[in-house]
Amino acid sequence: MSGPFTIIGGGVCGLAMAAELSSRSAQVTVIDLKSAPGDHACSWWAGGMLAPDCEGVSAEPEIVSQGRKAARWWESQGGTVHHEGTLVVALSRDQSDLATFARRAPTATSLSKTQIADQEPHLAERYSKALFLADEGHLDPRATLTALHARLKQRGVRFGTDIAGRVIDCRGLAARDTLTDLRGVKGEMLVVRCPDITLSRPVRLLHPRFPLYIVPRGDGVFMLGATQIETGERTRATLRSAMELMYAAYALHPAFGEAELLEIGVDARPAFPDNQPRIRRIGDVIYANGLFRHGFLLAPALAQMTADLVLNGKIPEVWYEDHRER
Amino acid sequence: MPTFYGTEVTSRLMLGTAQYPSPAILADAFRLSGAGIATVSVRREAGGDQAGQDFWALIRDLGVAVLPNTAGCYSVREAITTAQMARELFDTNWIKLEVIGHADTLQPDPFGLIEAAAQLAGDGFEVFPYCTEDLVLCERLVEVGCKVLMPWGAPIGTGLGLNNIYGLRSLRAHFPDIPLVVDAGLGLPSQAAHAMELGYDAVLLNTAVAKAGDPAAMAQAFGLAVEAGALAARADPMDARDMAAPSTPVFGKAML
Repeated sequence: MSGPFTIIGGGVCGLAMAAELSSRSAQVTVIDLKSAPGDHACSWWAGGMLAPDCEGVSAEPEIVSQGRKAARWWESQGGTVHHEGTLVVALSRDQSDLATFARRAPTATSLSKTQIADQEPHLAERYSKALFLADEGHLDPRATLTALHARLKQRGVRFGTDIAGRVIDCRGLAARDTLTDLRGVKGEMLVVRCPDITLSRPVRLLHPRFPLYIVPRGDGVFMLGATQIETGERTRATLRSAMELMYAAYALHPAFGEAELLEIGVDARPAFPDNQPRIRRIGDVIYANGLFRHGFLLAPALAQMTADLVLNGKIPEVWYEDHRER
Repeated sequence: MPTFYGTEVTSRLMLGTAQYPSPAILADAFRLSGAGIATVSVRREAGGDQAGQDFWALIRDLGVAVLPNTAGCYSVREAITTAQMARELFDTNWIKLEVIGHADTLQPDPFGLIEAAAQLAGDGFEVFPYCTEDLVLCERLVEVGCKVLMPWGAPIGTGLGLNNIYGLRSLRAHFPDIPLVVDAGLGLPSQAAHAMELGYDAVLLNTAVAKAGDPAAMAQAFGLAVEAGALAARADPMDARDMAAPSTPVFGKAML
């Protein structure tokens, strides 16, 4: 069986789904609010870190194991993944947080000041201790989604408005109308330009109140993220949130004090109560949703398992719920 | 079990609801610990149009008493506005009043606290003030209508435990009839047990559980510790002494 399938939603979940199905020769239509990827999808605001080991410090083991598949998958779909690892630091008074992180991230290695200087010279000026997670990577979410959209069109995926065949619903938070246990978790982010500092990889600053990650986008541009507030509000970036992100960036390295503010972004991540995604079957419709803060990390695994389900009848190893049985 | 403003609660453990890895783990923590009260912040979560409803519904589903708080408020006005919003959202007169005076230590502002507590009590609120262990401050809070006191053990989120045993003991002695809750600063179950052994009625904590590697297991440990400490307090513990006192009589030795 190879479709046809109609995917509703053109964010990271929907496009990954379309990519996986079409690369297995299925006939696919994507229905989205707009004709191209953009700020109507919350993945537009993502950090794009493929960091299962870091996430594993507070996330379930399934997120780590499924997330490890992400980098290879994005590359198989023509995406550019930077394999530079992740650097984790803490301010001098929060060194206990670094020790806790090291204990809970078994793959992390400790770096000395000299080793930090090899990786990120600008940070060696300020940090004599850091953790390094070598197997992690990152990508540029907007470039990745835009390129994938173009590639899917070339591959014959249709972007239209008519439903044909089996429906796979990837609407994110909008699917709350049916998925009543889905909630929004607000996130705010900043994009800045700071030519005074160079970073080659995502850097995480552990902080008890204002944890921060900074992802380099090249050309002196950095993404600063992200708040995590238990509300479904998708608009209204607040001054307090922006201030916290800026404060943390400035504390990470004072060079960010002179950064140019390019963008303040806000949206809400779709999440289920355990913050893990689901492939849920309700009637004839498959819902793939709940990627939370793990859109680019988990969309590949979710797409692969969903494709296995709808094409081969293979029950997903995790995160599957068949509501017809209830 | 302690009674707060006429309501007897089911447990001496009160848990905050922030910073857990997920709401599902938060629910596990409540289930395994038997905590009887959930504190919940509303300041930021309300959003422009009370968009935090989904999370608040999850809190209500825990089936425990909800104590909304004014966490993150730095002024009297902000705290009062937040309390009024919380009353509407959760249909309760209970409010855990935080007026933060110092951004770095999150230390309570004692002056703002008294002012806000007086206004809220006058407006029918049942105020649970987050305060320091200062005796005079606590007397003033009682004067303006607080019938519960929540002195800190140590600054929020530090896990340092009970920083001023003398002060906490002194409060207990001065306010024998007012429910006292150690709020903030606890890191380990043994510290919670200690608070109970001092005769406190309950403890409130969040970070120690939410940021543990296994929050649900840590919550359970706190639940057990609080019960152990309360049981010990009721059992009238022996007083410490300097000289060894053999539990079996020893004959033939000089007894001084």
